[in-house]
Amino acid sequence: MVNLTINNKKICAAEEMTILEAAKQNNILIPHFCSMEGIHQIGSCRICVVEVEGEKTLQASCKIRVKEGMVVYTNTEKVKKARKLLYELMLSDHPKDCLNCTRNQNCEFQRLGEIIQVSESRFEGEKSKPDRDDSSPSIVRDTAKCILCRRCVTVCNDVQEIGVLNVQKRGFHSFVGPAAGLPLNSVNCTYCGQCINVCPVGALQEKDSTQMVWNALYDRNKRVIVQTAPSVRVSLGEEFGYEPGTVVTGKMVTALRDIGFNDVFDTSFGADLTVLEESHELLKRIKNSFLAKQAALPMITSCSPGWIKYFEHVFPERLEHLSTCKSPHMMLGALIKTYYADKIKVNPKDIFVVSVMPCTAKKFEITRPELKNNGFPNVDAVLTTRELARMIKEAGIDFRNLEEGEFDTPLGISAGAGNLFGAAGGVAEAVLRTVYRTVTGRELQPGMVHIRSIKGQEHIKALEVKIENTVEEYRFIDGETLKVAAASGMKGMKAFMEQLEDGTSPYHFIEVMGCPGGCINGGGQPRPSNEYVRKKRMEAVHSIDRGKALRGSHENPAIAKLYEEFLAEPLGKKSGELLHTKYTKRGIYNELI
Amino acid sequence: METISKQYKSKKETDQEKYERIEAMIEEYREKEGSLIQILHMAQEIYGYLPVELQQFIARKLDKPLSEVYGVTTFYSFLSTKPRGEYTIRVCMGTACYVRGGKKIIERLKEVLDIDVGETTADGKFTLEVTRCIGACGLAPAITINDRVYKQVNPDKLKDILKTYY
Repeated sequence: MVNLTINNKKICAAEEMTILEAAKQNNILIPHFCSMEGIHQIGSCRICVVEVEGEKTLQASCKIRVKEGMVVYTNTEKVKKARKLLYELMLSDHPKDCLNCTRNQNCEFQRLGEIIQVSESRFEGEKSKPDRDDSSPSIVRDTAKCILCRRCVTVCNDVQEIGVLNVQKRGFHSFVGPAAGLPLNSVNCTYCGQCINVCPVGALQEKDSTQMVWNALYDRNKRVIVQTAPSVRVSLGEEFGYEPGTVVTGKMVTALRDIGFNDVFDTSFGADLTVLEESHELLKRIKNSFLAKQAALPMITSCSPGWIKYFEHVFPERLEHLSTCKSPHMMLGALIKTYYADKIKVNPKDIFVVSVMPCTAKKFEITRPELKNNGFPNVDAVLTTRELARMIKEAGIDFRNLEEGEFDTPLGISAGAGNLFGAAGGVAEAVLRTVYRTVTGRELQPGMVHIRSIKGQEHIKALEVKIENTVEEYRFIDGETLKVAAASGMKGMKAFMEQLEDGTSPYHFIEVMGCPGGCINGGGQPRPSNEYVRKKRMEAVHSIDRGKALRGSHENPAIAKLYEEFLAEPLGKKSGELLHTKYTKRGIYNELI
Repeated sequence: METISKQYKSKKETDQEKYERIEAMIEEYREKEGSLIQILHMAQEIYGYLPVELQQFIARKLDKPLSEVYGVTTFYSFLSTKPRGEYTIRVCMGTACYVRGGKKIIERLKEVLDIDVGETTADGKFTLEVTRCIGACGLAPAITINDRVYKQVNPDKLKDILKTYY
């Protein structure tokens, strides 16, 4: 610990802290802009400058560590003048079209201007050349709005280790983008959208689908059916002033009905179905590996479309390791346009399926040509959590005072396991529950799973379950230990997956979610999404699971009925047609190889 | 660096031979931290310029994203993504050279060569560039043609200097 004074206040702070952090801990708020909590900061904006006694120039408080005896002033005339000047300079190359920007009143640049009380804009001059890239189905890049804070560069390179975004060129001509002026759809972007989550302005945004959904809702001949992902109900409330982690399932369902959706279904049902199909796929592969010594193990989850695109780019020769299961909302979409369409006697061509997702990569996923059945796309539009919030506001719905609604049946009934898909590690746990039950005939109890972190790769968890006293059919793995790994975020995945190349992976099953923390921190979630917010959302997902009478997906009665009436059995002929898919080899320029 | 690039130098080599030389050079430098600029510099010397394909090759060898490599290439005016002439003329526009008439030299060269800054003559002989301080302030105004430095350049003598390259 070191002692220092900030604004004549004596404070004590840990040595590794920056001035900015130490001040915050002592209720002194230094205006800051480009700094990012918990990760490496480039320190490019200089808004957080302070005076440090003995230093000739102003110092960036986000980069300078506290020192014994340091004397800091955060609010002198010199500091305040510098801050305002910096802000005005940034503003001089910004479009100032705030009133028709989607970030209006939710913009960090706007808020900063208010905090430091900038009331003039003295500099007018040449503006950077605007370059709007809406080539991808997921992310829109608008360099005119970019203020070059480089947060997206940090996220893309250091947090996700993709490296699609970097600063190009120099000085006034510099901009953030892919190499060689390539559009996002011509590089190895995974569309994870983490860059959108950290963008302080409107330079990076999801591609808007709200208008397309409104148009479907206006069309009287369309039956518009919506489904919501497990992680949306734990984050949507934040857009309406609720504390992070507040579960707003009931109000969300009512809001969707008020907007005009004809049926409101739960993607957790699709997740339960995924668990059934994926568990049986895993057991089939394990069986093949034990009895015939040939099977692509470990099997890797396929729920996260950002992760899938990453895998297609990085390991195009190892696609057989990916589970063939479609992601839960695609499974549900396929069933809505077949099983449910039959039930309600509506032609699937008149059905429009909307998925509300925490994710921008899902917008790309629904454009995949292989995710169609009978000529109809499984899902017609994807809205992010943020877009749904915008639609609720646009529809004049008083969200906080809504009654609690319930999902429609039968595709709205879910077990706890399906709901777990919202948080990292959830799929692994859900699949373990069903695999254990299938193999032993008994339910998995919490104490049976041995969980540990992998040394040097703390973000990856290893789960082990000892299989004993199996049913007759699975006698061949009696006494074996089932090994599962769960990871989230793309960082480190290249090295981790290299075990696939040499066949040394000890695991049977690996869950990977493309975003750090899983869907609760997806690229379509409300901003900001910091460590505290992520923790709260994660807890909320687990509280939903604990509150469910039915824990395992195999216990879901609606799933059992679906198999009885329609699908017959997991991995059966119908499942193969509707619920499973194939993957595409991609090069570094997103070319098909 | 001088010795390394000389060591690999040979005349009239094919693209494949150039790539092989670049690969050998990368192997030598890859473990050194912050070697990207060095590698790009030498790759340009070997290949003449840095087309996207070559940058992609370097990125793959160094296991770095192309956007990072391209970001560095487009940051430094010394590095070029377009083909260059046999000789690159760089006119220093550092403070001392600027004050002592660097601008006049540029104007005259543009006239004599009939090209703009950043362009290459039709015969592929010269590329004209502007550079920041080359550290020869005492000899201002200075220009460089490939590795050779010309001091206290008189705009009227430029033609004579260029003649020596034909």
